[in-house]
Amino acid sequence: MTSAPEHLDPALRVEALASLLAERGLIDEATVETFIKTYEQSVGPMNGAKVVAKAWTDPEYRARLLADGTAAIAELGFKGPQGEHIVVLENTPAVHHVVVCTLCSCYPWPVLGLPPSWYKDPAYRSRVVREPRRVLGEFGLDLGDEVEIRVHDSSSEVRYMVLPERPAGTEGATEEELAALVTRDAMVGVAKVASP
Amino acid sequence: MRRVDGIHDVGGMHGFGHVQELTDAPPFAEPWEGKAFVIGALAARISGTNLHAFRHAIERVPPREYLEGYWNRWTIGAQTLMEDSGIVTDAEVRARAARLSGQDVPEPPRPEPHKPQMASGGAGNLRTLDTEPALAVGDRVRAADHGAVGHTRLPRYVRGRTGTVAAIAPCQVFPDTAAHFAGENPQHCYTVDFDSRELWGPDAEPFRLSLELFEPYLEPVT
Repeated sequence: MTSAPEHLDPALRVEALASLLAERGLIDEATVETFIKTYEQSVGPMNGAKVVAKAWTDPEYRARLLADGTAAIAELGFKGPQGEHIVVLENTPAVHHVVVCTLCSCYPWPVLGLPPSWYKDPAYRSRVVREPRRVLGEFGLDLGDEVEIRVHDSSSEVRYMVLPERPAGTEGATEEELAALVTRDAMVGVAKVASP
Repeated sequence: MRRVDGIHDVGGMHGFGHVQELTDAPPFAEPWEGKAFVIGALAARISGTNLHAFRHAIERVPPREYLEGYWNRWTIGAQTLMEDSGIVTDAEVRARAARLSGQDVPEPPRPEPHKPQMASGGAGNLRTLDTEPALAVGDRVRAADHGAVGHTRLPRYVRGRTGTVAAIAPCQVFPDTAAHFAGENPQHCYTVDFDSRELWGPDAEPFRLSLELFEPYLEPVT
């Protein structure tokens, strides 16, 4: 093995690569801009929040969502890369699901967008499969001992989204109002949805 | 082929400290991160490879670089994939970086592309198989305990451990061969449940761990 090459600043490496690829006609500014805009503005947790709000207000949709997540999510127009097969996990007062990818950063892009920094960080990936209750506690979610914890490691192309519990005090809320309450963290299973 | 009992396989490792704070931060903290994302997202297409090869390229990033942030390892992985297919060379990237920084260095020669040839069974990674799954829901199974050579989606922390088939997952392209362009080789895949005490010993927090394992990783326990 040769000695490690000299460190290159990541931002500079990206500029150099982009410049070489553009020269070769393999990438262009417009495509880059479109990709970035898509994942900054259109594909993100607001999509998953709509799915959750609909499941909370429409029992038949909820049943379809739990039976075939991919199809029920596609009903709302959400599909695409990293969403070939999405399984929805329902959190209840008795069972709490939490999702991770220990090997890389697999995440259900069509409903949650790109993963946040903490999800990709080795601290979360290494620990949540070993001491989930403690990790959830560090995030501020203290679950009672009676709650069963289920951890899902995304090791194939199956992607997971958590359907959180509907919070108290939202009985009269509309779907739009409910969607505004739903957070990314709750749909990964590291938080609960707070009452308004 | 390099062994990949690598830095990426972090499940159960100690020493990474407190988890990061939950924030509503946007996906890209700085503009270069967005550009890095796009280069990585397009890397498999540009290099004539696939998603599994991209993951394997990230796994080959040296540990020190791997731990230096997500978009850093993502970009180095993308570059590795393109180097392997003769799209760019590391010398070219370094020379271009130097020139972008105002240094007058010569541009090294451009490589000759040599993309791998592997038959594709279509878009995505879900496939159908004519054979029936060898395992059924409720079966007790042991995960293989081989030291992986090359890419695998069998994490270290379940190797040799016994669990229960909880569901039949969709048939999929086999990452272990596809990453090395040895064929899609689709396999049955199962959701397997493990008791935390089977993984981490009698003093472990009680919980259930589920993950998908491909049929070649599993043997029935009778």
